[in-house]
Amino acid sequence: MGNLSEKYVWEVPVRASHWVNVVCILTLSLTGFYIGSPETLALTPSRYVMGWIRFVHFVAAYTFAISVASRIYWAFRGNRYARWQEFFPILTRDGRRHMFDTFRYYTFLSRQVPHVTGHNALAGTAYSVVFLLYLVMILTGFTLYSEHAPQGTLHALLGWMFALFSNQGIRQTHHLTMWLLIAFAIHHVYSAWLMDVKEKGGVMSGMFGGYKSVRDRN
Amino acid sequence: MTHRGKEDEPGLVEQCSDLPRVFAERGISRRDFMKFCTAMSAALALPLTLVPRIAEALESDGRPSIIWLEFQSCTGDTEALLRAASPTVGEIVLDVLSVDYAETIMAAAGHQAEEARMKTLKELKGKYIAVVEGSIPMKDGGIYCCVAGKSALDIAREVCGGALATITVGTCASYGGIPAAAPNPTGAVGVKEAVPGATVINLPGCPVNTDNLVATVVHFLTFGKLPAVDGKGRPLFAYGKRIHDNCERRPHFDAGQYVESWGSEAHRSGHCLYKMGCKGPETFHNCPIQRYNEKTNWPVGSGHGCAGCSEPQFWDTMTPFYRRLPNVPGFGIETTADKIGTGLAVATAAAFAAHGVVSGFRHDDESDGGKEG
Repeated sequence: MGNLSEKYVWEVPVRASHWVNVVCILTLSLTGFYIGSPETLALTPSRYVMGWIRFVHFVAAYTFAISVASRIYWAFRGNRYARWQEFFPILTRDGRRHMFDTFRYYTFLSRQVPHVTGHNALAGTAYSVVFLLYLVMILTGFTLYSEHAPQGTLHALLGWMFALFSNQGIRQTHHLTMWLLIAFAIHHVYSAWLMDVKEKGGVMSGMFGGYKSVRDRN
Repeated sequence: MTHRGKEDEPGLVEQCSDLPRVFAERGISRRDFMKFCTAMSAALALPLTLVPRIAEALESDGRPSIIWLEFQSCTGDTEALLRAASPTVGEIVLDVLSVDYAETIMAAAGHQAEEARMKTLKELKGKYIAVVEGSIPMKDGGIYCCVAGKSALDIAREVCGGALATITVGTCASYGGIPAAAPNPTGAVGVKEAVPGATVINLPGCPVNTDNLVATVVHFLTFGKLPAVDGKGRPLFAYGKRIHDNCERRPHFDAGQYVESWGSEAHRSGHCLYKMGCKGPETFHNCPIQRYNEKTNWPVGSGHGCAGCSEPQFWDTMTPFYRRLPNVPGFGIETTADKIGTGLAVATAAAFAAHGVVSGFRHDDESDGGKEG
């Protein structure tokens, strides 16, 4: 067993987009719940409860979209732990072997903790799916948003979405995908905690400071 | 839109050129006529300075003939036009446009009626306007709707194909509407899909708003061309904005005041029908402004949510009408997206809680842990 040492793994753009996403998804889910199924919170029509909640939702949506776009950009510019290859281990033989090992550990078929510096292979794959869900959320969300200004630029840019979905289908997809992301968040926090405890790699604190503990090869 | 004895009169275009006389006969003053022209300029979002031009266009000779075809429909669009308490100016304008063929209301019947249609088709090829009500069945050679021994598809090809322009009134003629709802037994489609080569302007709605029909015709008479349309072939002056954005209940939406049950205090106070499944946020139409039945009222105004009737496939995609979101395919009819989502989240949490308990009691093999960097 090698000695633990600190290694700078998560660069600033990775950590920044991660925490911006956390705040945005929380905000978007909470405001989204209200928008989808509002309660009467106003006594007079001069209040602006739904108005403000929608405003917060839209501002968070723009922030989230920019954050996701930045992270995708960084997948081509960042260090090896941030690069796009990290999210598609399935493309290489080594990657597939790591996926299988990690799967065996998670399902209690193996007692070997998969020690990796960046994401483990299954986590990387899960994040590629999550990013796909992000894109679905951004596209469906902005398509619905664009309808306040029909024939506007945004509406024209996203017009092809209506060829894929009915209007209500876009709402439904936006709503169900939120639930998939909530399920992911539960899994994500648990897995991070599990890896923190088992790998002793500081994956939790690493997302704040950027450093993970890695074992020296010897 | 009545057709009293017109089939006896010679000529199709010249016959009704004496508009002032027609108005006088039917008790409509010059002032009423000018008010109508002003209302039309407002409906079309045109400046007031164009009102004289509209009046001039309506009074001039050479107005086109209209052939009003009816296929798979409930005649609701004809009814919308005819069921006015007194003849409206719009109705008379359409009437004097010389409606040469309209099965529901024409005096002629049988061969006589078909003759009138053929005459217009032949004499005024490329100059008449076709108005279509109802969808066109395509399945099994179009046998599910036949008029005078011809299928709706053949008639539409002949009439719409040779028309200067085709105006589809109602959602059925525009997009197939209710006859096209799943499982669409007759293979019903709208005119543009049945006759792709025709120049079609869609005026969906269930029924069409007569004001929008008249305004489209008035636009055509005034400028000699059809108004600008959106991606679904609907004129922008009538379908350019969402119902939700012009709704009289919108302040209650923004404020956060919602109807939770029919007949409640909130319902009677005119609060927002969003939670009752109103489809105003996904429907483009000018109902809140034009309203129906001589601007008397419209569904949301009278306390019922919008059903999204002017959108394609509304019967399939806007249902259930009294819920915000559609049912999820493959799940029970009462299962909402939120119930499925809650189940998903709870199942995930339970699965990982169980995993955590097992992990906590399990001793991992750390011996070969450092092999991967």
